[in-house]
Amino acid sequence: MSDNQHSTDLTTPGASQEVFADPGMPEHKHRRADHEPAADKRAELQVVVLFVISILGTIGSLIAYFAFRPDGTTDGTRFSTLTLGLGMAFALLGIGLAAVHWAKTLMSDTEVSEERHAQRSPDEVREVAVQKLQDGVKDSGIGRRGVLKGAALSALALFPLTIAVPLVSSVGNDWNVGKFRHTRWEKGMRLATDPTGRPIKAADVTIGSVFHVIPDVSEEERTSHEWITEKAKAVVLLIRLDPRDIESDQSPKGQTWSHEGIVAFSKICTHVGCPVALYEQQTHHLLCPCHQSTFDVANGAKVVFGPAHRPLPQLPITVDDEGYLVAQDDFDQPVGPSYWERLK
Amino acid sequence: MTTTTTERAAAGAADYLDQRTGIGHAVKEFARKTFPDHWSFLLGEIALYSFVVLILSGFFLTMFFVPSMALVTHHGAPNTMDGVLMSEAFSSTLHTSFEVRGGLLMRQIHHWAALLFMAAIVTHMMRVFFTGAFRKPRELNWLVGTLLLILGLGAGFTGYSLPDDVLSGNGLRITDGVVKSIPIIGSYMSYFIFGGEFPGDDIIPRLFTLHILVVPGIILALVGVHLLMVVLHKHTQYPGGGRTDKNVVGFPLFPVYVAKAGGFFFVVFGVIALMGATMAINNVWNYGPFDPSPVSAGAQPDWYMLFLEGSLRLMPGQTEYVIGGFTLSLNILIPAVIIPGLLFTFLFVYPFIEAAVTKDKNEHHVLDRPRNVPVRTGLGVAFLTAFIILALAGSNDLIATHFSLSINSITWAFRILFFVGPWFAFWVTKRICLGLQRKDRELVLHGHETGRIVRFANGEYIEVHRPLDEQERWLRVNYTAHRPLEIEPATDSRGVRRKGYKNERRLARLSRFFYEDRVEPVTPAELAAAHAHGDHDELGSSESHGEITSGTQH
Amino acid sequence: MKALAARRHHRLAPVVLLLLALLATGGVYALLAPSPASADSANVQDIETGKKLFQANCATCHGINAEGSDGVPSLVGVGAAAVDFQVSTGRMPMQMNGPQAIEKPAQFDAEQTAQLAAYVASLGDGPAVPTADQVDPSQGDPASGAAIFRTNCAMCHNAVGAGGALSEGKFAPSLMHTSATNIYQAMLTGPQSMPVFNDANVTPEEKRDVIAYLMEQREGSAGGLTLGGLGPVSEGLWVWVVGLGLLVGAAVWIGAKSS
Repeated sequence: MSDNQHSTDLTTPGASQEVFADPGMPEHKHRRADHEPAADKRAELQVVVLFVISILGTIGSLIAYFAFRPDGTTDGTRFSTLTLGLGMAFALLGIGLAAVHWAKTLMSDTEVSEERHAQRSPDEVREVAVQKLQDGVKDSGIGRRGVLKGAALSALALFPLTIAVPLVSSVGNDWNVGKFRHTRWEKGMRLATDPTGRPIKAADVTIGSVFHVIPDVSEEERTSHEWITEKAKAVVLLIRLDPRDIESDQSPKGQTWSHEGIVAFSKICTHVGCPVALYEQQTHHLLCPCHQSTFDVANGAKVVFGPAHRPLPQLPITVDDEGYLVAQDDFDQPVGPSYWERLK
Repeated sequence: MTTTTTERAAAGAADYLDQRTGIGHAVKEFARKTFPDHWSFLLGEIALYSFVVLILSGFFLTMFFVPSMALVTHHGAPNTMDGVLMSEAFSSTLHTSFEVRGGLLMRQIHHWAALLFMAAIVTHMMRVFFTGAFRKPRELNWLVGTLLLILGLGAGFTGYSLPDDVLSGNGLRITDGVVKSIPIIGSYMSYFIFGGEFPGDDIIPRLFTLHILVVPGIILALVGVHLLMVVLHKHTQYPGGGRTDKNVVGFPLFPVYVAKAGGFFFVVFGVIALMGATMAINNVWNYGPFDPSPVSAGAQPDWYMLFLEGSLRLMPGQTEYVIGGFTLSLNILIPAVIIPGLLFTFLFVYPFIEAAVTKDKNEHHVLDRPRNVPVRTGLGVAFLTAFIILALAGSNDLIATHFSLSINSITWAFRILFFVGPWFAFWVTKRICLGLQRKDRELVLHGHETGRIVRFANGEYIEVHRPLDEQERWLRVNYTAHRPLEIEPATDSRGVRRKGYKNERRLARLSRFFYEDRVEPVTPAELAAAHAHGDHDELGSSESHGEITSGTQH
Repeated sequence: MKALAARRHHRLAPVVLLLLALLATGGVYALLAPSPASADSANVQDIETGKKLFQANCATCHGINAEGSDGVPSLVGVGAAAVDFQVSTGRMPMQMNGPQAIEKPAQFDAEQTAQLAAYVASLGDGPAVPTADQVDPSQGDPASGAAIFRTNCAMCHNAVGAGGALSEGKFAPSLMHTSATNIYQAMLTGPQSMPVFNDANVTPEEKRDVIAYLMEQREGSAGGLTLGGLGPVSEGLWVWVVGLGLLVGAAVWIGAKSS
């Protein structure tokens, strides 16, 4: 279209009836600073002022640095951050605005046109390039030395194994994914409050209460670095309902996994593993704040809404001689999100 | 005197350098290289400069951050964390924030710059998409750009998790859940990432290496490639008088663009500093050190990951199946793997699809006005609509509390909108584009309304129309309305079925989807005819539909 | 405090209490500590007045003897703390049915609230209104409070107490303007959807620690404007509005021709 060089003057009969012609670049309009010395001077002054603001900003930032030592309080840190940051912002914006203003008002604003060339290399260049490659191929003899080619490719394909094998063997620790099946819970282990670690008596769990629970392990274990991984599977939510409200739980026939309306469910969502912790006392619904899966505690933690599919696993509990809540056993299934071999 | 001394010194230095590097060639080639001027060409620069700010502030932060999950008892500010057992990573983050002067400022600058980096990439891609800047010869640069988008997500994700706080820790936990849902290798992938069971004590050091070395290294290399290709291709330009596919109209690199672009770096950095100074971001001490038990309401990732979060939230849970004893969690795979996969595939393949259905082998350096390619514009808006609906779904709890709505109803509304919204957006956008094109035709044929009413001697009233000047008209007629591909018959002249006919037919069908509705640009003949009729006359637009083309020009 | 206790039965006590309540609404934190009325100190006259108030304002739903009915809880044994919480925050009496009773200007003054509380407390044992000491943030440990809050409260009320969504239109309210006494009472009594955190679960000291942590949040953030304390979504919104907004503005200026 742009190649069309016909005139489009409509008064001239015989102009192209198919396409209009490019009118060319619009007329250049001069700025005030181009012909008014006063405007030019004013623009220059503005640029200078902006640079001066930048210098003042830097100085201000340095003063703020030495004058305000953050004292660790919210106010102190906020003030230090604010003054340092504002100084920095002025220092930077001063330079930026000055440079742009300079370019816009004082440097040439006449648009220039530069030619483009097609990206494709010209045929003769291509010919030479292809010839050179062919010469190289011929020289190396890669085409006819089949065994050599095979050996070279195999060597290149294989050498990454020298890095990959040691890496892959160690990067997943012992690769024992069977650990997903077990948690720290075991028969007779007391339920304790999270994060304080106080064992919980059944009598303390009043109706409508919800306790965030961890296994009652030693203080030493709770401060070890392995604990976080154990806790990531073992956290439990303990809730007491009016026993009349409980429609069902996950106890198999002949067993009772709850105790007088007290039920314990894994806190790890069966969707992607967020802690499911929003318990609504009136509806007995447990809601996950990450993706809103909703579980019905009064009905074996079945899913009533959202992206999760399976109920939260129930921890079988009972009371010991002293009236403390204890686990009957570990969970009967892996807690948390589904994975391929979960049921194997 | 001083001038001559300076000049002599400069000449000496230049001579020294040139004798050793031959830099004269480069200076000759590039010093006055022309760059077109338009605000939307600076969006990519915002992304580039945010990245530079990320490197500068990130360097500061690495001086104080300890990438370790070893447990320590934190002493000192803030008082809500005094005496708390936490990882060294979290403790050093608190130390940087409260005890290193300017440390919190740098953390906030770094995080705001990261959010801005992604926002600028997205808007830059929108500009490139809607103006057709991805067409030949820039398809490869579009791919590089899309890779940069994905790497940006990776950089953000790995950095977000480093402070080892509850919020980002739950993000990692979700990642773990998603990875576990991958059939067959899921559990092993989880072990691969975490060095054993979640969370273990390897993940922070691993993410640290990815965040400060691997990901930024690749980004830097690809940014280099991206910019090199811009230099090779020379910048695109908006349509206008004197701008063709064979030239580039603009200002010389030195000094105008050096000053403008260089100045803009300082403006970008300055705005980020302003945000870092005044607006709190990611106050990790409020979330606390990572612990697998707590979670806080408003558990969301940074904005650029919200679409994934929303996608996970919308998917109903019924789609988890057990097949032969193995668990297939489509309720996680579809939203977290397949949907983002589809979105990114669309980005990667779009330039090639459009090229195929257009059968256009020419280089394009003059940008399209979005209205002149209605289907592309519609598809882009549909894509954005899907992205925004997912991001909003990822914020459904905040929408619920701020607009007093039920979170369950919102979720249902978004489930439906995700399917309906993009179609509707496509249809509306396409109609708007066609409408604007018709409006352009009207303008070219009849000129601007002046509001001046004239009465002729015969009693007829007309409104005087002022014809468009050459530049205005050129802008509205200088485009190609592509037509659907036409294919040869299924059998050749000898009645033998042609090979590849089916593919061609499929392509032709796609091409029809793209180009069957189109508005042709006004031709001089039409304009002359309109003039002959008188300015005020209505002349039917020559929109063509299907294979039936109307219009006077053929 | 002893002196205060001695004057509790003075006939001017209601006036003083009223003044205290007014001052409290004026925003003086120290005085946000509540009307120090508790079940055991309420006299027979208070209970009688409370009963009349109850029958006039509450009995329609809760029953003439506060025994409750279908869908309306019985108030026998809920204690003075529950009544004080519901009435002083304006949640009760409820004006209309909705997903949950919402906070609104209190319908009864401090004295009437205390009388209502005294009446309900007389129906059965229940938690009493906490003392000023129990809810004094300056005696709490914000670090311990932060830990308790994270595990027990943040999933509904958000990390800094900015509130959050529950299912079906219910929500956990923001705690940014809730009085220390009301926070304590809510933990103790578990109003509406909220579960109960009795003293065995979260000890009275820990409750005070939580209050200390929440009061700290009212100082704002060390980083500057809190942007609602809502986390990444609001941060994302602001980066588009402020960050990209300012920079696109700057880009337009750079690209525009100078006059």
